[in-house]
Amino acid sequence: MSALTAVLVRDMRIAVRVGGGALIGVLFFVVVVTMTPFAVGPDLALLKRIGPAILWLAALLASLLALDRLFASDHEDGSLDLILTGRAPLELVIAAKAVAHWLTTAVPLIIAAPLIGLLLDIEAPAQAGLVLTLLVGTPALTFIGTIGAAVAVALRRGGLLLAIIVLPLTVPVLIFGVAAANAMVAGPVPFGTPFTALCALTLASLVIGPFAAAAALRLDIE
Amino acid sequence: MRLSAVDLACRRGGRDVFAGIDFSLTAGQAVAVTGRNGAGKSSLLRIVAGFLRPAAGRLWLEGGDRELTIAEQAHYLGHQDAVKPSLTVIENLRFWAAFFGNGATKVEEAIESVGLGGIAALPAAYLSAGQRRRLSIARLLAVKRPIWLLDEPASTLDAAGRDRLAGLMQSHLAEGGLILAATHGPLGLNGAEELSLDQTNSSSLAGKVWEAQSGAWQR
Repeated sequence: MSALTAVLVRDMRIAVRVGGGALIGVLFFVVVVTMTPFAVGPDLALLKRIGPAILWLAALLASLLALDRLFASDHEDGSLDLILTGRAPLELVIAAKAVAHWLTTAVPLIIAAPLIGLLLDIEAPAQAGLVLTLLVGTPALTFIGTIGAAVAVALRRGGLLLAIIVLPLTVPVLIFGVAAANAMVAGPVPFGTPFTALCALTLASLVIGPFAAAAALRLDIE
Repeated sequence: MRLSAVDLACRRGGRDVFAGIDFSLTAGQAVAVTGRNGAGKSSLLRIVAGFLRPAAGRLWLEGGDRELTIAEQAHYLGHQDAVKPSLTVIENLRFWAAFFGNGATKVEEAIESVGLGGIAALPAAYLSAGQRRRLSIARLLAVKRPIWLLDEPASTLDAAGRDRLAGLMQSHLAEGGLILAATHGPLGLNGAEELSLDQTNSSSLAGKVWEAQSGAWQR
């Protein structure tokens, strides 16, 4: 098993065991989306119109939930020091950790999205598009989030700081994600244009995230 | 293999912790870093491990792998044990063996030789502080690296554990390893040099310090 596979497997194992954060994200997502119709009222047209935005907002916040532990737990128990003495580049280790985080928090959420979308009167063909936007867009949220997680790693209650650092950076992802999803649900706007922009944002964050996070972690260690 | 440092200085939080530290370690040699609390023992080890940048001085390794940094050829055993409570004892060790690994996994053997063989399948959350320390010592055995940087390695171990650690260090030295260990108590090693960081004390002590350092330097 290579060093990076080892990191991926370890992080996924920790996430699904007792005290891990795997289910917290998807539960939060389901709760927020479920509460929306109660808050907005039984206006199906309105729900349909704001449905994609609600789903995307809930997904964004849910993927931030467990993110503050991404490096903090490794920092507290000394694992981060040892990771730095490994021969695998820190950037790739961070990417492996981010992939593990995405697999354990975002994927369950993407699976839950079509079911929970029914509550917002999103129909089957539109749901496929919505799931596609989440599938493409959530990696960007995770990889942008690694930057915030790395900056906030040494702080005791870094969770809120993390949200403040990360949320502004995720605004473009949110805009194009919701635009693409809306195009599928409501309308006349073409799906392709915002969806392509969303793909581009994700690809850029896959490259920038690990490098920025590694630079922040190296500073934190000192 | 030879690890040398000349005129190392460390500054933490705007305060000079130590300056002018020289040492040299050759294969099969151990140096015990001593000093009062706050003298910079841990900082010295963290500088060698590459976590901190020295404020001044030079640190180099002769005869090692030129492709790798000193840290990549060293095991660092710090105050924290890097043990994940939700993983079992063997899973914790397997992870580090795979992460550091060159494929050579002697994980079961390493667990046995630190005396945790009977509880390999136990979640690490149930381990005592001493057992966690034994588990991190097992990491040094599971993957071979020539330099051991040990920060108070015996602090949570019982008498039997200390004897075992001394034995493991002795055999690491016999295989041509290098050990730099911060310690308050005796390491239990024959012929370990002492490197004292208490330089700011009175002049009578300073003479001793110099002797200890030059002793380490000449080897």
